[in-house]
Amino acid sequence: MTFKDLHIISMKDFSRDMIDHILNPAEKLEPIARGMEKSDLLDGKVLSLLFFEPSTRTRMSFETAMIRLGGQVLNLGSLEATSIAKGETLADTIRVVGGYSDAIVLRHPKEGSARMASELVSVPIINGGDGAGHHPTQTFLDLYTIRRESHMDNVKIALAGDLKYGRTVHSLCYALSLYGAEITLVSPKELRMPDEIITDLKTCDIKVTQADSIEEVISNVEVLYVTRIQKERFPDPAEYQKVASSLLITPQLLKKANPELKIMHPLPRANEIDPRVDKTEHACYFKQSFYGVPIRMALLSLIMGALE
Amino acid sequence: MTLNTTQERELRVRPIKNGTVIDHITAGQSLNVLRILGIPDLSEDVVSVVINASGAHGKKDVVKIENRELKVREVDKISLIAPNAVINIIRDFDVFEKKHVIIPEHAEGVVRCINPNCISNSSEPVTSKFTVTSAGGRILLRCEYCERLISENIAAHLL
Repeated sequence: MTFKDLHIISMKDFSRDMIDHILNPAEKLEPIARGMEKSDLLDGKVLSLLFFEPSTRTRMSFETAMIRLGGQVLNLGSLEATSIAKGETLADTIRVVGGYSDAIVLRHPKEGSARMASELVSVPIINGGDGAGHHPTQTFLDLYTIRRESHMDNVKIALAGDLKYGRTVHSLCYALSLYGAEITLVSPKELRMPDEIITDLKTCDIKVTQADSIEEVISNVEVLYVTRIQKERFPDPAEYQKVASSLLITPQLLKKANPELKIMHPLPRANEIDPRVDKTEHACYFKQSFYGVPIRMALLSLIMGALE
Repeated sequence: MTLNTTQERELRVRPIKNGTVIDHITAGQSLNVLRILGIPDLSEDVVSVVINASGAHGKKDVVKIENRELKVREVDKISLIAPNAVINIIRDFDVFEKKHVIIPEHAEGVVRCINPNCISNSSEPVTSKFTVTSAGGRILLRCEYCERLISENIAAHLL
């Protein structure tokens, strides 16, 4: 299996073997990710970051991953200072930047933008989030976190929060199903996963059940994956408060939890998790954001041909 | 005076000497079929259309294009809205060749994605592309860019 020059666009392009091929080297790269060991694995390689939307974790973890492996990073910078302000299309920008770099990370508000980009250049495109579409490196780091902090095969996992708008949850469901996960979806009716997506998941043979509250499932699940509830989705602030408080994770709620429970969150969080939970053994969202570095190191090394 | 079926049909639309007859088009879809084939915008062929003709399996539409033989592959994309259509190539009033349309695996530049935020609906130089599957007689189109599904009323989304 070779990943050299492979575009990383959507989880649907990946089989279980392919996912394992990315997760396996990540653990060996952790000491480098922590700065405990030095590496020149990507010496002389250039990664371009084209972010048309805000990002903290994705952008910085790609930069860190590249720097820790001895490579260089080119940043698009602010859009006002580029040809995009002169009306250049994304297609032309991608072709130009493709000539400057060994791989491109693209975050763009339009769904399918990364797929289009991958048709235009031979250097690998990594989808760093396309609107409400896919964000595969987030899914890889989520899976890696589950593997490191809990276990992958047949894991009992609940996904809670905004399941209506976040299609990254949809990708995660698909990937988890490859490992036989038992998935429970927890959300208030306003933010429930759309029926068409649930039907789509079921046609892929993915076992999903639904629950109305975290309390119902907390004693049974091994992983609780919480997503951010966006205030701007609610025209009425009172309605937002009601929904947000119904999904709030508190130390009191966790008294009923499975002792092995791990809580994950892609961050940034709004008010979904009480800060007092951070000190408990259950919290692993900051470890999760760190794991974005070794997983992206593994991915970059594979697609740039530095690892087989 | 009563007319037999053959006479009745000939009175409606006369047989053509040479060209293509697309038969068994889903009733009401003939104009959309012409739209997909780029007729009349892309050609000066004489075209006759019968809407809601009686067929063995209920109502159907028929399209006759004179002096032009459509290639079956060229016509396959109409299967998205008329999956039972039959292409008859006519030479000197006889049916020279008869073939069913085949549902293609990919449809490019035929249908617009229903997702307004899809890159294929932007000002970027990109043509819409769908993967086509059929399940239980229904045709499903999945956008190859944003992966959104179109499962109903495909004709309403023709480009």
